[in-house]
Amino acid sequence: MTPTPLPPLPQPLPPPLPPRLLTARRKAGWFALGLLAFVAASFWSLDLQWAALFSADGARSMARFLGEFFPPDLAPGFVRRVVVATWETLAMSALGTLLAAAVGLALAVPASRLYLGHRAWGRAPTRLLLNALRSVPELVWASLLLIAAGLGPFAGTVALAAHTTGVLGRLFAESLENASPGPAAALRAQGVGPVQVFLYATLPQVLPQLLSYTLYRWENNIRAAAVLGVVGAGGLGQLLSFHMSLFHMNKTATVLIAMLALVGLVDAVSYGLRRLLMR
Amino acid sequence: MSGAAAASRDPAWLGRLFWSAAGLALLWPLGVATEFKPWVLFDARSLAVTGRFLQGFFPPAMSSEFLLLVARETWRTVAIATAGLSLALLVALPLTLLSTRVLSVSALSGRMALGPFWLRQAVRALLIVLRSVPELVWALVFVRVVGLGPTAGVLAIALTYGGMLGKVYSDILESGEPHVSETLLRNGSGRLQAFCYGLLPQNAAELTSYTVYRWECAIRSSVVLGFVGAGGLGQQMDSAMKMFAGGEVATLLLVFFGLVALADRLSAWLRRALG
Repeated sequence: MTPTPLPPLPQPLPPPLPPRLLTARRKAGWFALGLLAFVAASFWSLDLQWAALFSADGARSMARFLGEFFPPDLAPGFVRRVVVATWETLAMSALGTLLAAAVGLALAVPASRLYLGHRAWGRAPTRLLLNALRSVPELVWASLLLIAAGLGPFAGTVALAAHTTGVLGRLFAESLENASPGPAAALRAQGVGPVQVFLYATLPQVLPQLLSYTLYRWENNIRAAAVLGVVGAGGLGQLLSFHMSLFHMNKTATVLIAMLALVGLVDAVSYGLRRLLMR
Repeated sequence: MSGAAAASRDPAWLGRLFWSAAGLALLWPLGVATEFKPWVLFDARSLAVTGRFLQGFFPPAMSSEFLLLVARETWRTVAIATAGLSLALLVALPLTLLSTRVLSVSALSGRMALGPFWLRQAVRALLIVLRSVPELVWALVFVRVVGLGPTAGVLAIALTYGGMLGKVYSDILESGEPHVSETLLRNGSGRLQAFCYGLLPQNAAELTSYTVYRWECAIRSSVVLGFVGAGGLGQQMDSAMKMFAGGEVATLLLVFFGLVALADRLSAWLRRALG
């Protein structure tokens, strides 16, 4: 008995040729070209003073300038003022970030579509508000708020909170929308009210991510808080711009060291906390 | 009746109450340090000043002369951000290649050799110093050397963002799947080839979207740098504030809004194209 012949194997198709360079990749090519032109135009239009920087003269003045920083001023009275300003900066960044997290969460709820078929009337206007808050930099917020709140760290705190609310609100809304809908649907099917559904089903799922976003913004805000003082909003920035404008380079050096230490400290704490959260 | 009430009560209420109270107690010193008095915003005198300032916002300044000035200064701000970010890429790329662990040949067989290990640590320390100094401080330093103008702003953005980009680029490269680049390295390809053919295609979308996000941040930074004399929108904002010209401030705020919306669009488009 002869075995029935197998049906002939289908002929393998020839491997597809890659698309022609100038048709398929035209978009990418034009984009790259446009990008290059944009960068070139930026450099060309700015009239940059490379000569001043890279000449022997520039190098000498740079070296002299850096030399003036040494030694940092470590007189006890001044160090005490720097410590107070450092604490003020830390408090501004922490309180500003916390406020922003609270307001951001309150705005993120109307800004997200929580389940399929949710009307979410407020989604578009709230997102517009969040974008508006985000597009104004902290320092500009501070200079605007100085009119209402007067000089001092309060204006700086509210300025940080305003910009960060825009950033965090948007991130929070994204993570609320991406949360798995199962638990919330189960509660809703039981007739549980929307507030309880949010508190017991949606929020616990996304809380670690929200906290991690908040910590990440805190790292950013400590840098921002350090410079807000330049427009008069208190903290290390105010000391820095004051002593720099008077050419007190040794005192400036102390302030800079305090700034670096504070940024490093906050980075380390936030990194450790985020590792804990994500474990 | 009381059973039903007990069933609908949150079982963890005592703990929640305690932690809320503890949190408020911790917040107290922060409030003291920042002179946190929200009612200052609402006393009659400050309300009058704020009201007068806000009234000036309408209508926004729309004279063709001012709009032309704003257009020129917007280009300047964007150009400072773009030039700064392209220099930052020049700083970040070599440092990323040096500090990425996945591209280490000696790490293929167990532990990294001592020399490369310390080189990587040194590069990481350099990146930390570069990004820890706020760009405004770099700008104040460079203003002393090159004088007022865009050069100080471009250099400040280049250094700070070089540090940020370098750190995040190597984080992104290390968090990806190392299989392809490892195979390439084991079969004798160079490190640059392993980067171009193994790591880059995998991570291009993420790297690009982070770079566009940083470009948006750089635009905001370049506005801020205008306040210390780098020119651009920040300088206009500063002078408009000092002259209490609400209409000009309103126009400038609208421009900020438009710039950020534009960067958002661009980022979404690029992510779709590369994703």
